[in-house]
Amino acid sequence: MIKISEDNYRKILEHAEHCLPEEACGLVAGESNDSGKIIRKVYLLTNIDHTNEHFSLDPREQLAAIKDMRANGLSPLGNWHSHPESPSRPSEEDKRLAFDKKASYLILSLMDREHPVLNSFRIDGDRAENEGLIIED
Amino acid sequence: MKITVAGEKKEVAEGLTVAQLIVDEKVETPQYVTVTINDEFVDGDAFETTVLKDGDNVEFLYFMGGGQ
Repeated sequence: MIKISEDNYRKILEHAEHCLPEEACGLVAGESNDSGKIIRKVYLLTNIDHTNEHFSLDPREQLAAIKDMRANGLSPLGNWHSHPESPSRPSEEDKRLAFDKKASYLILSLMDREHPVLNSFRIDGDRAENEGLIIED
Repeated sequence: MKITVAGEKKEVAEGLTVAQLIVDEKVETPQYVTVTINDEFVDGDAFETTVLKDGDNVEFLYFMGGGQ
């Protein structure tokens, strides 16, 4: 299980909508314990691919985010990206490029603009498991 | 000599290269790792020849990407 606040969810959603038609992306950080993960901060990074079909995090922004996490005592929990035109589930490319089995991979689908869907997955090779995302007030 | 790796101070041997540090740190999927030294990005072709100095601050950045 992984929890995110409504505020942080809104930050991701607004950034992803702003970046349309391109995919948007970023990082999430917070706390992790036996009962799950809590996202305390989301990072809105530049998709240096600038397309609607792929994303790659900007390495310089990634470096700055990692330093900020460390300075604030937060643990890196994973990343997030949007699917402007497809469901909230990992694509084959998402799985192929998911190298960290412990990370959370959040995917925001905007294919139905009136009903965005955010899920979080753990990915191990070809297998993706929905880890149960809770959006809290 | 002392260097900092991903925020942790470490004692390492003089003459340590970035390539050897990647091995010593058991970096997974090293082909997808970008390295910075004191916030400067190191070209992947230079990992074997880049020698670390006392006081260097090293970060490993794991490539993150995908597509819908």
